[in-house]
Amino acid sequence: MATGKPIVLSVRNLTKTYRSAGEQIVVLRGVNLSIAAGERVALTGESGSGKSTLLHLIAGLDAPDGGEIRLADTSVSDLTDAGRAALRRDRLGLVFQQFNLIPSLDVEDNLVFQSRIAGRHDSAWHAELVERLGLGGLLKRYPDQLSGGQQQRVAIGRALAAKPLLLLADEPTGNLDEATADDVLALARDLVARTGCGFLMVTHSTRLAATLDRRIHLHAGLVA
Amino acid sequence: MTRIIWILAVLLSHWRRHPMQLATLLIGLISATALWSGVQALNQQARDSYDRAAATFGGARTAMLVGRNGATFPQQLFVDLRRAGWPVSPVVEGRIQIGGRSLRLLGIEPVTLPAEVGNAPTIGRTGLQSFVTPPGEMLVAPETLSDLDLTEGTAPSASDGTLLPPLRVQAQLVPGVLVVDIGIAQRLLKMPDQLSRLLVGKAKGKRVPLENVVGDRLQLVEPDAESDLERLTDSFHLNLTAFGLLSFVVGLFIVNSAIGLAFEQRLPMLRTLRACGVSARMLNVVLVVELVSLALVAGVIGLICGYLIAASLLPDVAASLRGLYGAQIPGQLTLKGEWWIAGIVISIVGALAAATTSLAKAIRLPVLATAQPYAWQQAQHRWLIFQSALALAVLAAAAGILWYGDSLISGFAVLAALLLGAALGLPAIVEVVLSFSQRSAHRAVAVWFWADARQQLSGLSLALMALLLALAVNVGVSTMVETFSRTFSGWLDGRLAADVYLIASDDTQATEIKAWLRQRPEVEAMLPSGRAETQIGGEPIEILGLSDHATYRDHWPLLQSTANAWIRLRPGDTGLISEQLARRLKLAIGDRIEVPAPGGNWTLEVVGIYADYGNPKGQIAVNIDALTRRFPAIPQTRLALRVAPAAAPALISSLQSKFGLDGRNLVDQATLKAESTRIFNRTFAVTAALNTFTLGVAGVALLTSLLTLGNSRLPQLAPLWAIGITRRRLAAIELLKTMSVALITTLLALPLGLLVAWCLIAVVNVKAFGWRLPFHIFPLQLLELVGVAMAAALLAALIPVLKLARMQPANLVKIFADER
Repeated sequence: MATGKPIVLSVRNLTKTYRSAGEQIVVLRGVNLSIAAGERVALTGESGSGKSTLLHLIAGLDAPDGGEIRLADTSVSDLTDAGRAALRRDRLGLVFQQFNLIPSLDVEDNLVFQSRIAGRHDSAWHAELVERLGLGGLLKRYPDQLSGGQQQRVAIGRALAAKPLLLLADEPTGNLDEATADDVLALARDLVARTGCGFLMVTHSTRLAATLDRRIHLHAGLVA
Repeated sequence: MTRIIWILAVLLSHWRRHPMQLATLLIGLISATALWSGVQALNQQARDSYDRAAATFGGARTAMLVGRNGATFPQQLFVDLRRAGWPVSPVVEGRIQIGGRSLRLLGIEPVTLPAEVGNAPTIGRTGLQSFVTPPGEMLVAPETLSDLDLTEGTAPSASDGTLLPPLRVQAQLVPGVLVVDIGIAQRLLKMPDQLSRLLVGKAKGKRVPLENVVGDRLQLVEPDAESDLERLTDSFHLNLTAFGLLSFVVGLFIVNSAIGLAFEQRLPMLRTLRACGVSARMLNVVLVVELVSLALVAGVIGLICGYLIAASLLPDVAASLRGLYGAQIPGQLTLKGEWWIAGIVISIVGALAAATTSLAKAIRLPVLATAQPYAWQQAQHRWLIFQSALALAVLAAAAGILWYGDSLISGFAVLAALLLGAALGLPAIVEVVLSFSQRSAHRAVAVWFWADARQQLSGLSLALMALLLALAVNVGVSTMVETFSRTFSGWLDGRLAADVYLIASDDTQATEIKAWLRQRPEVEAMLPSGRAETQIGGEPIEILGLSDHATYRDHWPLLQSTANAWIRLRPGDTGLISEQLARRLKLAIGDRIEVPAPGGNWTLEVVGIYADYGNPKGQIAVNIDALTRRFPAIPQTRLALRVAPAAAPALISSLQSKFGLDGRNLVDQATLKAESTRIFNRTFAVTAALNTFTLGVAGVALLTSLLTLGNSRLPQLAPLWAIGITRRRLAAIELLKTMSVALITTLLALPLGLLVAWCLIAVVNVKAFGWRLPFHIFPLQLLELVGVAMAAALLAALIPVLKLARMQPANLVKIFADER
């Protein structure tokens, strides 16, 4: 863990249980982790180990059964639904495997969407993002007119447009070929370094995980 | 605020990429608003006219003093009452003819007119001097001026050559009425020093008792909250409103379908918005703002369309109301501001009602669930069971209302519950038929055909429900109109059995005409008749005096009677009553009825009940001699003649030239029947037009559902194309599938429609008009409707099917690509 920099994410004794077909499935059994500003961390683990669940809990997309999640000075666990929405809007960036772009908006509008609704649009930063992500010639295209790699670059741009404290990525390269995945991840790493935010990426790939600062491995709901 | 605008812009961007879906939504809202507002405009126009009529110098809205027997009374009574402190104002009333048109002439005294008399004060004050000083002025409604083909300021002549005062337009006046100063009216009507009634204003102090001033010569009539016309026409307007409501509901089916599909397609977008930090509350607020904005746009366009629909139907509505109730409705549509506001509100409320399910889903939307387009299909079975249970409950409610209800409203409630129950039950019935067909199929494509039709059902069910409703109402109304048409035709033959009908201008002329006719060998019989008006239980009643002659005995449309009913009429202590009066007063053969008459109550035993279709008033038929004995003041000017048909035209021509009678007071049987049939046809012209509109809206619902489903069907169709079924064959299969589902719906609509017809004939008509028609089924008409429905389904299916047949293979290949 990096030292000397402020902690942007702190997770303590996090537990989560699901009920499926009348049976209780314990997904997280007391997870502890923390990430400092500017730190890039890979979250690995076999299928069903609780990686995505942990990411969703940190993002406030779901609520934990126990434990605490703190994003900088805010306890995510104590927030209401509206509070968690505000947290995602203002302090988090999310990137998904399925890109999840808004199909009816062109690239430019997709890029600025989150920063606009957060009220933190920065034209200079937007221009830099467009240039670094290589989206200059694609701004008027719609998502269904882009390749997978291009769509994921737009998704990363959207997530970083409001300069979040923490970038969360759930298998962002899962739908991409190896070369494209490398390109996209390199861009993400550079931009995270440029903004100084924390970066937590769920991945199955040990090769990609090795390109980040640190790797956390989840096994049976616990940090191994 | 910027945040809301951004989120709204994102939501609206969906419509930019799916313009057909937006068009569907707007078409649904526009149709619903247009048809509802159109009908409301017609009702408002008519009701405003009733108000104008009621407020015309002593209509039902003003308290007044009238003669004991409805006769005129000396002007001195007015003077006596004024001296005694009664705030009364005199009115004299009669009829004059201008250019062959008979018009109601009112004479008023503007200085004493009470302020409560509607539009009177404005008439009295403006130009009071020119109104009362010779030659005076004759106030006229703009519609009447236009009907008379005269211009303002012209001094017309009456048909008898008398010069009338110059005409002045008064917009508030009801059409068909002329208003002059009372002195002029008394001279024109040859009623010197006589008055028809006294209008009573609000007294400031205590009034001297009426009897102390005028004895029992005048009686006080209190104002009515609702005029006779309003009471009589209630059923007609309720009928129109019911149709407007049905069209509105069918339109909302389209809206519901479009919003539901849009919501399912936007689910991934909504989840992304939530993931990007838009709170559930904010998202719902913006969804509502978006819907209300669209409803506002559609509402304005719908109102314009509604205005056009109302303007195009108004002549038929006016003719129906004039023919049925004698109500004068101006042909020019004038609408109040409230109509526009109500139209916009109904559009917004309708849109929100149609979107309730989708908005509720949005409120409960979990951020984490993976996007599941068309998730409703997975829940189809559970939903069908719920919907079927609801259908059964609504149908049970219909049966309950039918059993216990006893009013026109309950009649319409039965109809509404029946239609709603059937519509709710439709998807389950179609599902059963499709599932049975699937089990019976053996070939692979046939099995897929039925299975896929079942899968498509959830997307099409709303459109099919709209089609079912429109078709059932079409069958119901067409059956009722056809039944009415045939019954009416036979009934007219019985009621209009004489060959020539005439009305003399007065008793003197009637005597002269009778004397002249006695000399004519072609006249086989002269049958004098007469009419008197009275009230029983506060309702207006007509008493008809008939001659004792075979013309009536052999043809009069009696539904029930005692033996020798016509012979029993002769002494004057028995009467025949119309079906509606029998139902209203719950009278049967042998019962006695007390009829208020000038010389005291006249007790009549009911010896027969006859059909009197289309007459809003109750009617009693008695012997003509008995009628003139009891109502000596009635004019004896009506005469029916039995003439050899070939001789009728020459006789009419001679009567016209000798006595100056024209088409309105001298008419042969064929013309009278043709006129009655024309009025009948126009009465149902509005119903037929609304019927067609509703069917059209249902067709649009089917088309829009198929179009919006078109693209989402590709994942189901592409695999079949991949395994070797040509696009052309796929298109043919799709067409066949739509037609099969539409045919099942149409076949179900036929029995439902007949049930609707039975409800209209046996429940609604009886409550609305007081008479019941025999129930007939017209198979050819039903067959024709099946043809129309299938043609509508074919037209609706054609565009999406052609699109599929011409689809580029690249679009089908995309279905199998990851990067769709």
